[in-house]
Amino acid sequence: MEAAYQKIVRLESQLHPEGVQRAPLWQFVLWLGFFGAVLLWGVYAMFLCWFKGLNQTNMNDYYGFALWIWADLGVIAVGGGAFFTGLLRYVIGKDPLKYIINYAVLIGFICYSSALLILAIDIGQPLRGWFIFWHANVHSMLTEVAFCLSCYFGVLCIEYIPLVLENRKLDEIPFFHHTAHNFHEVMAIFAATGAFLSFFHQGSLGGVAGVLFGRPFAYRPEFYIWPTTFFLFTWSAAACGPCFTILVTKITEAITRKKLVKDNVVELLAKIAGWMLLTYSIAKIADTLYWGFVMLPKHGLQITDFYTNASLIYTKLGGVPWILLIEILCSVIPALILVSKKGRQSKPALVVAVLLGSMCALINRWVMVLQVMAAPIMTFDQFALYFPSWQELATTILPVAYGVILISLSHRYLPVFPQERELNPV
Amino acid sequence: MGETQGHGHQEGHGHAQGSKYGMVIDLDKCTGCGACMVACMAENNVPTKPDETNKLDTITWMRVFKLSNGKAFPEAETCYLPRPCMHCGGKHDAGHSPCVSVCPATATDYSYKTGIVSQIYTRCFGCRYCMGACPYKARYFNWWDPKFPADMKEYLSPDVSVRMRGIVEKCSFCFHRYQRAMDRAFYEGRELEEHEYQTACTQACPAGAITFGDLNNERHMVHKVVNDKHEGHAVLQGRKPFRLLEELDTNPKVYYLSARDWVVKAGNASLRETKPATKKPSGGHH
Repeated sequence: MEAAYQKIVRLESQLHPEGVQRAPLWQFVLWLGFFGAVLLWGVYAMFLCWFKGLNQTNMNDYYGFALWIWADLGVIAVGGGAFFTGLLRYVIGKDPLKYIINYAVLIGFICYSSALLILAIDIGQPLRGWFIFWHANVHSMLTEVAFCLSCYFGVLCIEYIPLVLENRKLDEIPFFHHTAHNFHEVMAIFAATGAFLSFFHQGSLGGVAGVLFGRPFAYRPEFYIWPTTFFLFTWSAAACGPCFTILVTKITEAITRKKLVKDNVVELLAKIAGWMLLTYSIAKIADTLYWGFVMLPKHGLQITDFYTNASLIYTKLGGVPWILLIEILCSVIPALILVSKKGRQSKPALVVAVLLGSMCALINRWVMVLQVMAAPIMTFDQFALYFPSWQELATTILPVAYGVILISLSHRYLPVFPQERELNPV
Repeated sequence: MGETQGHGHQEGHGHAQGSKYGMVIDLDKCTGCGACMVACMAENNVPTKPDETNKLDTITWMRVFKLSNGKAFPEAETCYLPRPCMHCGGKHDAGHSPCVSVCPATATDYSYKTGIVSQIYTRCFGCRYCMGACPYKARYFNWWDPKFPADMKEYLSPDVSVRMRGIVEKCSFCFHRYQRAMDRAFYEGRELEEHEYQTACTQACPAGAITFGDLNNERHMVHKVVNDKHEGHAVLQGRKPFRLLEELDTNPKVYYLSARDWVVKAGNASLRETKPATKKPSGGHH
């Protein structure tokens, strides 16, 4: 028995990248087993939703868009690190980022595949999902989202494939070796394509809420043909996505107890994210002021209408609309930390900043989904409450478990971090 | 209904609009009896749940809201406000209604021939974006498979398809009645008369609070009420028609009448002097 286990361990270790240390196999299997169980729980809930319908959720006619759509928009926003890092590395030429681009692509791949999975669960008639392409309404922002999201996911697959082919054993096969090499040669084209597609689908997701002229909480004036939320969503994804990439890198380093990326690489990405966040927060504050004091009065409303007469979730606390305040602080505070050299170089400050930066996008998407639905429009309508069912929670946690598993497998078997060997000599 | 009625977006650009069906609801006449809701459900094969207490996932194409002026006795007043789909025409009546423009699969359409917003059940894939877009919350999702008691199946209308689980539905202004009436008029080689196409809720209202017709047709009562500037009009009686949330540019085709100032103010946020009149919608249970 012991001999058989040792043989498996030996064979398995041949799949590891060369010159790196990996956790014992039993530990890795236990780790996978735990997250696999969580994944199965989510998959069970997913099948319940598919076979029994969306009555398995606590969504209702007042909350047609709820937890899933937030999760969808959230993972897409934080997955924005992939397109933006790709843009910086391949198009703008920030060379040091080549040491983190693999991980950014992997995180992006996980986020976008999760988003597509969530969308497949979220629609009432999943077998008709293709209608969005077949009967496309070109006026709908959701159509733009569907097309750009699907295309960009294709680009992410193309970006991820060479990494898979660089597995030690696969790389020994000449065809795979050359394929991976050739993919790398043309990667700049895909990175540019990805950035172009991301600009539109991130923006379109902002447009989904921004064009709702029947919902003054979300509605924004147009700039050319897009509402301002179109640009704010793209901007925030470009700002918060790299924060999430750094955050996950730091978590991975903590779990593996290894340094995986050199500080200068992280600091460069953090600096760019910081400036993006700072400019985003200025734009966001300007947009909020315009919305609150120019646009809403035109519609006979006041900004306070949306922060009173509601549950504690959205209402004013101590006279302050707290969710709006937190959203703005989550962009301003990390921006100030990251633009300062001292802030970036302090590990605790950096971790706080990237955590807040990731939260910035997540809170913004929460507000632009849940609060848009919650705010009553007709003066005699009610402020309804919603709490997700366990099926919704399980299927929202599912992508997290899936992400952990894919990261674990990729880290164990693929050369995700090019600097790992140098930083951790065996 | 659906494709036969919808004529796509092209028709709205540069083409004169045909009919524009709409409603005038006299809120001072409405007693809140709910007959309009019952008639609507029976006419349109709207399914019910075994437990209808949760109004947040109950399908009510026509829904009666209960409004109060929030004052104590003896000044307390109540108003019942029936709310069908508003069949919004959008800015300049160009067919840019909140829901039609957002539907990614063109499963809902605006007809320039009738002004009616359709829902194509077999094309809707249940993304619910239209529900989020509608400020009147007039769109409903089929959270469950439609179930009817065995005996009741015999009473289902053969003119209206039963909707399946996972799609959105809403008031159609009883479009099948329009089709039926148009067929007859076409066969007889004449124009449609006002009385030939009336919605189920209009006919069921015992107080005669609902008037339905073509807003573009000068001979129709709704046109006279909406466009008559004489406050001495028999229907208007000094009242001015108003619509819900007019300031949003949704351009609804459902007009309301009330002599009570607080009711008119409850219709539009911009007219409010204070906070909303009241909040608890009765959903017809009153």
